[in-house]
Amino acid sequence: MAKSSDALKASLKNTALNALHKQLGARMVSFAGYQMPVQYKTGIINEHNHVRQYAGLFDVSHMGQAMIRGDNPALAFERLVSNNITDLGQDRLRYSLLMNESGGILDDLIITRRSTSSGREEINIVVNANRKDDNFKYIEESLHGLATLEPADDLALIALQGPKSAAVLMRFDPTVTNLIFMSSSEIQINGINCFVSRSGYTGEDGFEISLPSSEVENLTLRLLEEPEVELVGLGARDSLRLEAGLCLYGHDIDINTSPIEAELGWAVDKKRCELNSFPGAKLIFKQITDGVNRRRVGLLPDGPIPLREGTLIIDKVGKEIGYVTSGGYSPTLKRPIAMGYLAVNHSNLGSNIWAYLRGNKLRLTVVSLPFVKHQYYRGT
Amino acid sequence: MNDRKYTKDHEWIELQGDTGVVGITDYAQEQLGDVVFVELPDVGQNLTKSNELGVVESVKAAAEIYAPASGKVLETNRELATNPSLVNESADGDGWFIKMHITDKDELNDLMDEVAYSAYTLGLE
Repeated sequence: MAKSSDALKASLKNTALNALHKQLGARMVSFAGYQMPVQYKTGIINEHNHVRQYAGLFDVSHMGQAMIRGDNPALAFERLVSNNITDLGQDRLRYSLLMNESGGILDDLIITRRSTSSGREEINIVVNANRKDDNFKYIEESLHGLATLEPADDLALIALQGPKSAAVLMRFDPTVTNLIFMSSSEIQINGINCFVSRSGYTGEDGFEISLPSSEVENLTLRLLEEPEVELVGLGARDSLRLEAGLCLYGHDIDINTSPIEAELGWAVDKKRCELNSFPGAKLIFKQITDGVNRRRVGLLPDGPIPLREGTLIIDKVGKEIGYVTSGGYSPTLKRPIAMGYLAVNHSNLGSNIWAYLRGNKLRLTVVSLPFVKHQYYRGT
Repeated sequence: MNDRKYTKDHEWIELQGDTGVVGITDYAQEQLGDVVFVELPDVGQNLTKSNELGVVESVKAAAEIYAPASGKVLETNRELATNPSLVNESADGDGWFIKMHITDKDELNDLMDEVAYSAYTLGLE
């Protein structure tokens, strides 16, 4: 349980809510170069359950927000990612993958197509915190002047997640009810201009709210006045996304995993693969056609012991057939859950496999993802 | 002030004759967060000072627990199997881990007393 040294702490970046987190009793940890709240006073399990039942408010301002602008920014940017952007509707969001030439994943990101008040179109992207510096540089270079990327360093990002999120936001602007999952709108919350999308990383209905950093503390305090809303840290964010079967970059996916192996084929446009329209597309097309040797699966350990990233998975004769990429305790199911990669011939639901942990064999069951059903709002 | 001894790895041990009761500190449980599983040694197992005694799994991580002294395990806290959150609720009391026979009491001499341990944890903040 080593603590970070003062020198390391001093080099960490802060979000605009840093002082408020500390004031409200957060335990701060180093994450992706930022000092971030891992939990507040009530602890991860309570915070997790609060999101599943009411509405949890997360500071995710460490994530990388940027605007891509130009004559046709969708067309220019599309050449770097796995799916279509040019057919994305106005104010719609899409989950996408930034790809490299060997068919690996440089990052996963959310792309939003917006029109500004001047009528010009722009593309908003949100990338992972620990990847943003490299990604932004790579994207800017790879746009070859057809469009420009401007990091939005002055914007904060908070997420309101849970079944009561919509009811809370509707008190500020009733038009929120018109938003469906993966759509967005510019609305005023408590007099502050916000860019609000109906999306998130918990599997629940919810919203991500992008706004000027200078306003985020005011809005956070205002939202916390609503009886359903509690602050939630990164610890519960991780257990929530694991229950929802969502990938964490650098763990479940990285430059050495392909979208097909990761079961993210739904974020890959097959036609664009065939036409070799993005980096690594030809290799991905071959994988779609010929299949892959391993795939990402859900894993349910027998018994109470949580499995952690890196735990080996073996078959009945002790041969290594895969490994855990994310694992922990599920507060909703009250048992351990995990995700990992398995050789395809062992990856059928109900396969007989074991985790090799601290010298013991623990029985595992392959299950389909997610562990907890998604509750996205897709309209009535 | 109690007569417990503390390790730098945040275990405590309380001597009752030749028997030592072992647990983790309140500071440790707070750092770990919600405990969901505790792996303890078998009764009868011989432990060596500073070697692994067990593992505490919280929602977010696993932490190894080390023996504060050498000796044989006499009893383990069975309550922890069904209610691991006892470690969070009462790390200093009902959330104890094991009782062990202490082979050599002198092994406890280099451990910290309560005052020294408090100062030590303050230095970690």
